[in-house]
Amino acid sequence: MPGAHHRAAHSTVTETHVITTSGLTKVYRSRGREVTALDGVDLHVREGEVYGVIGQSGAGKSSLIRCVNLLERPTAGTVTVAGQDLTALAGRGPRAGRELRQARSRIGMVFQHFNLLSARTVQDNVELPLEILGKSGKERSRKALELLDLVGLADKAKSYPAQLSGGQKQRVGIARALAGDPKVLLSDEATSALDPDTTRSILQLLRDLNRQLGLTVLLITHEMDVVKSICDSAALMDRGRIVESGTVGELLATPGSELAAALFPVGGDASGDDRTVLDVTFQGEAATQPVISQLSRTYNIDISILGAAIDTVGGLQVGRMRIELPGRYEDNVVPVGFLREQGLQIDVVNEVPDDSGAPDAAAAPAPLAKEGAK
Amino acid sequence: MTWSQMQPLLEQASWETLIMVGWSTLIAVVAGLPLGVLLVLTDRGGLLQNVVLNKVIGQVVNIGRSMPFIILMVALMSFTRWVTGTTIGSEAAIVPLAIGGIPFFARLVETAVREVDGGLVEAVQSMGGNTWTIVRKVLVPEALPSLIASTTTTVIALIGYSAMAGTVGGGGLGDLAVRYGYQRFEPGFMWITVALLAVAISIIQFAGDYAARALHRRGGQGGAGPRLRLLRAKEPAAADVGKVA
Repeated sequence: MPGAHHRAAHSTVTETHVITTSGLTKVYRSRGREVTALDGVDLHVREGEVYGVIGQSGAGKSSLIRCVNLLERPTAGTVTVAGQDLTALAGRGPRAGRELRQARSRIGMVFQHFNLLSARTVQDNVELPLEILGKSGKERSRKALELLDLVGLADKAKSYPAQLSGGQKQRVGIARALAGDPKVLLSDEATSALDPDTTRSILQLLRDLNRQLGLTVLLITHEMDVVKSICDSAALMDRGRIVESGTVGELLATPGSELAAALFPVGGDASGDDRTVLDVTFQGEAATQPVISQLSRTYNIDISILGAAIDTVGGLQVGRMRIELPGRYEDNVVPVGFLREQGLQIDVVNEVPDDSGAPDAAAAPAPLAKEGAK
Repeated sequence: MTWSQMQPLLEQASWETLIMVGWSTLIAVVAGLPLGVLLVLTDRGGLLQNVVLNKVIGQVVNIGRSMPFIILMVALMSFTRWVTGTTIGSEAAIVPLAIGGIPFFARLVETAVREVDGGLVEAVQSMGGNTWTIVRKVLVPEALPSLIASTTTTVIALIGYSAMAGTVGGGGLGDLAVRYGYQRFEPGFMWITVALLAVAISIIQFAGDYAARALHRRGGQGGAGPRLRLLRAKEPAAADVGKVA
């Protein structure tokens, strides 16, 4: 796979897990009612990767990311960040003890609404975490200016947040999050309040920081494009559970993966009831073989192409095509088998509607039947 | 009554009002600020949630707020004597004024601090800040424009209360208006004191508003709140009006 080689050259991902949650459960109680926001979430984020958690609002993404630095106390389960069991540090009371606060200072966090202090200048905002760490004035100012330079806002040091655009505010937020030299950056819908161009530039910045500093980024989002453009791995959340997870490559190679289909949608509906619609996914070698014309010649069938695209998803070159064969699926078992033998991933598109648990991505995929390939 | 007779009386009374209001404001702010912050912190869902303490402070503040000042002044006489050694004069009046001002200011502080965006608190928590850091670096600085406006309101309320200080021989402009203007039938004298009070209140209000607005303009609208959108929507509208005219 040429894509993978290209990727490995830049990637800083190691096999060490830097964020691990196990059996993470969060139940909110209000006026006698119980709402389960997290229902036994096991998450493994490898060192140096950008990990995206995607899901609809109410799926539990926010609770999950807030549990990672214990802004939210999990009801059950453990959170380990950089080898430190934070849930053990938290103690039983609602207030954060010294050890937990120290651990938090090594985890950066950026927010959807930036959360900058309006009474402080940009520089003073970036210095705030350093004040909390007890650094000297000289050191604070040096570090703050260095970070503002890194995010491209060196000339705005003396401005107030109210004078900045949304994208600039988020850059300040990122600089501030990096002030404590964190190994891990948590991003809570960091681009959701921004326009598409600004979103792209902020994502690019996060990607660059991930590469340059070896920073592990855990982000939550409801935008599939965010996952598509910068994530190495992704997880789909629904009703407090992780439904699918893995590296982008793994997900794309998983037959029937909702996340893969949403990451890389191909449109087109069947032209009649007695047709079989297949989604064909190519990665690497398989993409170079003339499989469609081979199929047509070998089995003497007419193939219509309903939709096709080649795209880069998470740094991988992937092709996907939706084709239509005459006859029902039962009539096409042999040609489908042929395609699978060629090393292609085949999803049979089911015509029966199935609305459960589809992500709210702009282009929701056609429901897929779970047709497992060997 | 001639001006030369009035002038020393007015000077004396202005000075007394200044002393009474100045000291009582200072005490009300120093004591009311932590009390107001504590009301927010100990509330349900607060950083130092303590429902019992919150209820107790809230009740004390409510009683202090609703008590008519003249009753408070009389009721506090023995406490005043214990603090100042006397129950008569400007100094003695400072005690009930300050006691009356504390709950008044505390409630205003509570409202101002509640307005601070909870996201900022969360941000500082995520940096490892403790509650004291949050109070010092977030709650108070971010609420500062509102706190200044609250102080202005408190000063003006205390000027109002100080008119009753005459009851305990505290003097001041209000007392002058009652004794000379009303009891001695000198309407001219009364109008002069009324005018003086009106000017003093206007200056204080203006200065307070100016300071609050200056601070607000500097930072202000930090978050992406609806306030920002309202302001933005307003500006082009104003420009359109200008073009039409």
